[in-house]
Order: sequence, then C-alpha cells, then structure tokens
Amino acid sequence: MSKKYDAGVKEYRDTYWTPEYVPLDTDLLACFKCTGQEGVPREEVAAAVAAESSTGTWSTVWSELLTDLEFYKGRCYRIEDVPGDPEAFYAFIAYPLDLFEEGSITNVLTSLVGNVFGFKALRHLRLEDIRFPIAFIKTCGGPPNGIVVERDRLNKYGRPLLGCTIKPKLGLSGKNYGRVVYECLRGGLDLTKDDENINSQPFQRWRERFEFVAEAVKLAQQETGEVKGHYLNCTANTPEELYERAEFAKELDMPIIMHDYITGGFTANTGLANWCRKNGMLLHIHRAMHAVIDRHPKHGIHFRVLAKCLRLSGGDQLHTGTVVGKLEGDRQTTLGYIDNLRESFVPEDRSRGNFFDQDWGSMPGVFAVASGGIHVWHMPALLAIFGDDSCLQFGGGTHGHPWGSAAGAAANRVALEACVKARNAGREIEKESRDILMEAAKHSPELAIALETWKEIKFEFDTVDKLDVQG
Amino acid sequence: MPFQSTVGDYQTVATLETFGFLPPMTQEEIYDQIAYIIAQGWSPVIEHVHPSGSMQSYWSYWKLPFFGEKDLNLIVSELEACHRAYPDHHVRIIGYDAYTQSQGTAFVVFQGR
Repeated sequence: MSKKYDAGVKEYRDTYWTPEYVPLDTDLLACFKCTGQEGVPREEVAAAVAAESSTGTWSTVWSELLTDLEFYKGRCYRIEDVPGDPEAFYAFIAYPLDLFEEGSITNVLTSLVGNVFGFKALRHLRLEDIRFPIAFIKTCGGPPNGIVVERDRLNKYGRPLLGCTIKPKLGLSGKNYGRVVYECLRGGLDLTKDDENINSQPFQRWRERFEFVAEAVKLAQQETGEVKGHYLNCTANTPEELYERAEFAKELDMPIIMHDYITGGFTANTGLANWCRKNGMLLHIHRAMHAVIDRHPKHGIHFRVLAKCLRLSGGDQLHTGTVVGKLEGDRQTTLGYIDNLRESFVPEDRSRGNFFDQDWGSMPGVFAVASGGIHVWHMPALLAIFGDDSCLQFGGGTHGHPWGSAAGAAANRVALEACVKARNAGREIEKESRDILMEAAKHSPELAIALETWKEIKFEFDTVDKLDVQG
Repeated sequence: MPFQSTVGDYQTVATLETFGFLPPMTQEEIYDQIAYIIAQGWSPVIEHVHPSGSMQSYWSYWKLPFFGEKDLNLIVSELEACHRAYPDHHVRIIGYDAYTQSQGTAFVVFQGR
C-alpha cells in the first residue's frame, strides 16, 4: 500500500503506540521503566521510547517511504503502573526480529539502550527486562561449555564449587602470587581467581603470573588428588592481546580463563567465548562496572538484562552478588536472574522481577558466582539461596584465617560439605546453621578458628534497588 | 602469647572430592545420603577403582547403573558386595540424573588402600 510523503513532525504515539498489537513469538520484547518530563502524556513517552529504540527519528523523512516501516518498527503495546511509584510507569515494547543481526548482543543493546537513554522527553529510563525470542537465542553461541560440561571437566558433583580471589589484589610478584594460589588449592578449594584488576601491570606481567600459577595448580592437583583450576584473567586492552593470553593459558594446559565482560565489551566477550568453545576452555566472567549501570532504581539497565545478555554472549560462570555479603543484592531479585542463568525455561514472575516467560531452549546454563564479603557463617544461607550450581568465593574469608590461606580454605570446604550433607539428610540448614557449623567444627580445628574469627562480621545495610512493590 | 604457639601447621591431605573433608560417615549417615539420591529421582550407580586410578574420569561400574531403583536396602547391599569383591578399591555411589546427563551427586563410601 503506497503512502504520500507528508513532511513535518508527527506525534510518536500516532505511529508507535499500538495497544491492540498482539506480540509475535518471534518478537523481541522489552520492558522499560519510564519517568517522563512533567506534562508529557504516558503514551507519548512510551511511543517515543519505542520509536527512538527502533526505526523512528524526530522528524518524518522522505526515505521512510522507500521501505515498509510497518514491518520494521518497534511498538509499545502495553503500559502499566509501577507499584508504589506514581511518577513512573512500565512500557512494554515489541521489536520485530529482523531489526537485529543474528547472534549479536552488541547490536541488540545498541538499539535498545542507545540514543533513547539521552532523550530529552524522559527524566529517567530503565531497561527492566528483555524477552529474547527462541528464534534469536538459536543464533547465539551461548556458554562455551555450560554447567554440565564444566562439572564433568572439573569432576565436581553434588555441591557448589568452592573458590576464592587471590589477595592482596594488586602488588604481588608472579612467584608470590603463585604461592597464594598453591596454598588455597592445597587447602581444599577447587578454584582460585585473578582479581579483575590484575591484567598485566609492572609488578606482575601476565606471562609471569600464568607460568607460576600453572605450576601451583598442577602441584596442588598432584598432592590432593582432586581437579584444580585458576581463572587466568585474559582481559586486555586489545583483542589481539586477549587471544594471545588465552592461547598461552591453553599451552600451559590450564582448564579455565577469565574475562571482564562489561569493561571488555560484548564483542570481545562473544569472540573469546567462541575461542573457548573451539579450544575446550572454560570461561569465568567478571562484571566490573555493572553497578554503574544497574544500581539506580529508575535509570540504567537492570542486572537481569545484563545476565541474560551474558548467557547469550557466552560464559560458563557469572558473578551474581551474594545477597548476604558486602555487596548490593536483594534475595528474590537475585533468585530471578540466577534462574535465567541456569534454567531452560523461566516463567514470568513479578515477585522475582521477571517480566516475561523466557524460553532458553537447549542453551547451556551458567554457574552463578557468589563472591564479596562472605565467610563461613554465611555458608548455610549461601547454599540455601544458590543451590549446587553455583561457585562460592571467599576472599577475605580464606586468606584472613589466622593460620593462613590453606587452613582458611580447609575451613570453608569443611563448612560447605557439612551443609550439603545436612541438607541432603533433610535438615533445615538456615534455621539450624549454628548447630551444623559447630558440629562440623568438632573435627576441624581450622573451622573452629574460622568461626571464632568471623563471628561478629555482618553487612546489614538496606538494599538500594528493591523490587517495585506497593509499600 | 608467642606467635609460634598460635599458628597451626596445615598439612595437605589427599581427598576424593565431595565429602572428602568430612570424617567417615556412619552407616546411618550413608543411608540418609542414599535416601536423598532416591528422593531426587536419580538412579543409583556404584563404581569402583584401584586408588592409583582415582583421578580417571571412568571408574569401573559395579554391574550396571541401578536405573529407577528405589530400594534403599538393595543399594546398600550392592555397595557392600562391591566392597567385598574389591576390598582394596575405592567404592563410590553416584546419583545419576538422566535429564541433565550429569551426576546429581557422587561420593566415596569405602576408601581403598
């Protein structure tokens, strides 16, 4: 059907607010929390978001008529109140599949969280959730290995993985750093981690670190008879350097490497995930910079979106917060996005912050990593919250042990296994946490001392970003 | 108090993965863990290996996986039979999850020499 060119400025809602539209299974759906400038009607704000994140621009242009924009435009199909917030509202927008390049998270984000976030008619804008259609998911590589393969490679079953970050996070020489890795692994941890700040600084160039860490991992493995690993951080300032570091980790026969996916970028991350898939390497993902983007309740991108994007871009483990430790994170919200990392289908559940049904099809799962200000006393709660398909990382809670990192590692391992055993035997581990840990400490002096050392440490601050519920 | 007397010497121990850091379980505790495997809907599998081969991915099956077996006592008697037949081998029980094609859990019940 041909149309005539009519120059000028039209209201966005004439074209992009379509409450009668029924989304297709192939549409990519997004939920934005919008706070408009005063006096601008909701429909106009919502339509503007749909337009600016898809085919629209501020003016009508002649070249629109060379194509059929009805086929390509994003549409706002629903507006909802935000419980407990009279200013803001949710706008649900459907984007046709062909707006996006196959397998490109970079492309999706450039559209959905691009120019639109600076749009003047909006005071705040937050991308709360995306429903990726299975048709798009099937074009993404996803986790290079996934939970099942990682368990088989590391020979760890029936319990969370246990790890820690090497501390101090900056300033150790390669040889001293390898010593700390060795101490942790011989003490009973499965995995140790490069701090995200460790790349290749003057005090410790990456090659030096990789070689000493490899020796430490192999030695600990030999002495304990268990499979061990260390996340070698390959994050670098160019893709070429990134791959060079990854190749060297493989040459050293190491099982796992690491990347910081937000500072490094989605393009780099997807490329590295593809490399890992091709080379049989596990991939641990750090999330520095996420809190800049996801913490403000009215502006930015919710972490559940960043987590979904990572699962599609590729990673075998992703940091998710701890709920109980020193970093921000509400329990229900966290459960909502760790489901999206691990399950093959996640139903809409507003009580967990999930706005859509999400079908992941056969995409492998990602281990949820809990790290940051946690110690042995948190173990029962961590196991209850995160379940077995997680990696629990105790940094200060390992190295801060009065006998050193090996004893700290052993204390954590004993505590973890005692909690798993108690859970399996039908005990309520959160309610009985004290009894379970004290019983376990009877045969582990390392645990007894750890329990004494950290008995008073709590991080009880209110969460800044809460689920939207009527207060 | 002098520093030396407050710091203990942590000795590395060779362990066999899950529950390797706990003291040997009593018979009742082992029953609880097998009951958990059955309650999860996993199939019990018994495997054994000479200690020199403990790091291999594949240990020898004892018979075949006990697909769909719900009888706790039968599994216990099979574990004991395996241990009698291979007294110097490690013997472990696995809860095999056919849906994920993974092991829901696995731990060593009898340690070999």
